[in-house]
Amino acid sequence: MNFDYNEEQQLLADSVRRYLSDKYPFEQRQKIVRGEGWSAQAWAQFAQMGLTGLPVSAEHGGFGGGAVDLMGVMEAFGEALVVEPYLSHVMATRAMERGGAAELLPGVIDGSIKLAWAHTEKGGAVRVGARQSGDRWTLEGEKAGVIGAPVADHFVVTARAGDVLQLFLVKKAEVRAHRTIDGRLAGEVTFRGTEARALHGGHTLVDDVLDFAAALVCAEAVGVMKFACDSTLEYLKTRKQFGVPIGAFQALQHRMVDMFISLEQARSMACLACSRADSGGDARSISAAKIKIADAARHISQESVQLHGGMGMSEELKVSHAFRRLTVLAREFGDADYHLARFARL
Amino acid sequence: MDLNYSAEELAFRDEVRGWLRANLPQDLREKVENYAHLSRDDLMRWHRTLAKKGWVAPAWPKEWGGTGWNVVQRYLFEEELGYAGAPPIIPFGVTMCAAVLLRFGTEAQKKRFLPRIYHGDDFWCQGYSEPGSGSDLASLKTKAIRQGEHYVVNGQKIWTTLAHYADWIFCLVRTDPTLEKRQEGISFLLIDMKTPGITIRPLILMDGAHEVNEVFFDDVKVPVENLVHDEGKGWTVAKYLLGHERMNTGRIGESKRQLARLKKYAEPMMGESRWRDRLTRVEVELTALEITNLRFLDRMRRTAQPPGADVSMLKIKGTEIQQGLTELMMEATDPTAADELSIAIRKRYLSMRKTTIYAGSNEIQRNIIAKMTLGL
Repeated sequence: MNFDYNEEQQLLADSVRRYLSDKYPFEQRQKIVRGEGWSAQAWAQFAQMGLTGLPVSAEHGGFGGGAVDLMGVMEAFGEALVVEPYLSHVMATRAMERGGAAELLPGVIDGSIKLAWAHTEKGGAVRVGARQSGDRWTLEGEKAGVIGAPVADHFVVTARAGDVLQLFLVKKAEVRAHRTIDGRLAGEVTFRGTEARALHGGHTLVDDVLDFAAALVCAEAVGVMKFACDSTLEYLKTRKQFGVPIGAFQALQHRMVDMFISLEQARSMACLACSRADSGGDARSISAAKIKIADAARHISQESVQLHGGMGMSEELKVSHAFRRLTVLAREFGDADYHLARFARL
Repeated sequence: MDLNYSAEELAFRDEVRGWLRANLPQDLREKVENYAHLSRDDLMRWHRTLAKKGWVAPAWPKEWGGTGWNVVQRYLFEEELGYAGAPPIIPFGVTMCAAVLLRFGTEAQKKRFLPRIYHGDDFWCQGYSEPGSGSDLASLKTKAIRQGEHYVVNGQKIWTTLAHYADWIFCLVRTDPTLEKRQEGISFLLIDMKTPGITIRPLILMDGAHEVNEVFFDDVKVPVENLVHDEGKGWTVAKYLLGHERMNTGRIGESKRQLARLKKYAEPMMGESRWRDRLTRVEVELTALEITNLRFLDRMRRTAQPPGADVSMLKIKGTEIQQGLTELMMEATDPTAADELSIAIRKRYLSMRKTTIYAGSNEIQRNIIAKMTLGL
């Protein structure tokens, strides 16, 4: 039993945090959001720090990192509200490598190739169809809410060939870009007889990637919640009304304590989810974690805005952007209701 | 990061589990499992069984009978006791009074009291709360005025758990009512319950059980050698005790047993998604608390320091979970059922409301975290 990161994990998390506080402070992040929605410089830096190669196995030149190796990075990304489509890239990388397509990996590792995970569709179920003629596959249909789609060089796409869920690698596709409410670059991706390469794996691999990602958003959410708690605590200590810091009022103290407890309970579940994701996967634990993260994200985001008063509503303040991110993270890869139902089935 | 216990820790747990399977008497286990009343004899029989095995006071120094276990082993032991359905080890002697004596007692006091606590010869209770002094304990008024070789004690304690079983009571008393800083006038006194002038009156709680009492002191003469630490240092003792041995307040083993019991008992309810989802949320909180607890243990083991004030969250969450489970259990009973178990379950729901009030109400725990951990 040991809850520390190992030395490598800690060093990586520290260097990511240093980079982000130096080059990706909130004002810079807002510039990116108002501009292109992603930063080529940041991506290049991620590649240099080894983040793009982190999920790739050593056999293919990467670091063979699992969820716990990525956990500290995701927490740091959460604290800084990073908008770069890193997780989508990590998911697609994992699926692509495990699906048997290795030739793009050198480009993935050096940062020249960005991947996007294209799975969700309007209405929920996967309806994009795959058709085979000879050894050629083509896709038909539309994916929605694909994070990073407008800047992706390749997509890993889930599609149905008859009744069978399969994974495909697609180079070019038609993308309609939009922004999520938390300022991330996303897109609707349309396939019209689009050429695709079939990957191995199917349903099991899709579940693996989704659970892996669910564990990682737990870690990212912990980072955002930590920021929201720290920021709220700081506000309670500095904002004065009635001649005293508002943190002197017990009504607010107890609410702050409950936020702090929610954060610690959520952190415990993020540790559980990431460790279990690395030891062969454990859908029940990951669902339990996502339930807690969703509940804590709602609790902490709503309370952090309330305790900041009018300032919490303001576009200017980072805490309102943390609110948006937590609202999205609570639902990403299954909201509480979805995971409650799944937990009951497992 | 590794959330698993080591092979040695698992072997230790199995040893405890195996011993409990062989040595926890069936009748006691059944009483605990069916929420039945435990008599003084029941409690002391189990206490002596553990004492004979050498396991009744794991946290004590080895020279006084402690086991030398580390914090993780102690936690595993407590969790196994809870999970097995063992009667509780009543904390007032073994955990509380002993901790105070070990830290502040004279050699004579240690020799006189510790072996008797260990072997279950004396049953202890705690004299802290008074009618006007609950959360604001330092306002306590029970007076102990020194006259020669005695203190003469006058006043009243309340909510005294199991005073009607007790041979001894440890009390916070006011030895100097004149001091401006009221904490400085408080002392820590050990009082023999057989002393003339002590009257116990039962307070029946809403589940109908006699568990707590009022204790009245009317010119009770207590020898000065029963004073622990210096006169006027009682508040220091009380604060030490507050910070001591707070690692088992989560009651995780017991809650795990209740959860398993509930799932079995309420099987037909598991198809009701609204009820089941509420249960799942409690189960998730319990899982999170178990890991949070392990994180505290891991930190304590690495730093060799006692837990910080944030350990209060274990009490807050642990009691909320206990109440959540008893509430779901109560709701799973058929409201028309009048069998013994259904009635016991409903009474338990009533009784467990005390958990968020006793041992420092959850609001006081939040005050502690706000002040000590968050700096508010």
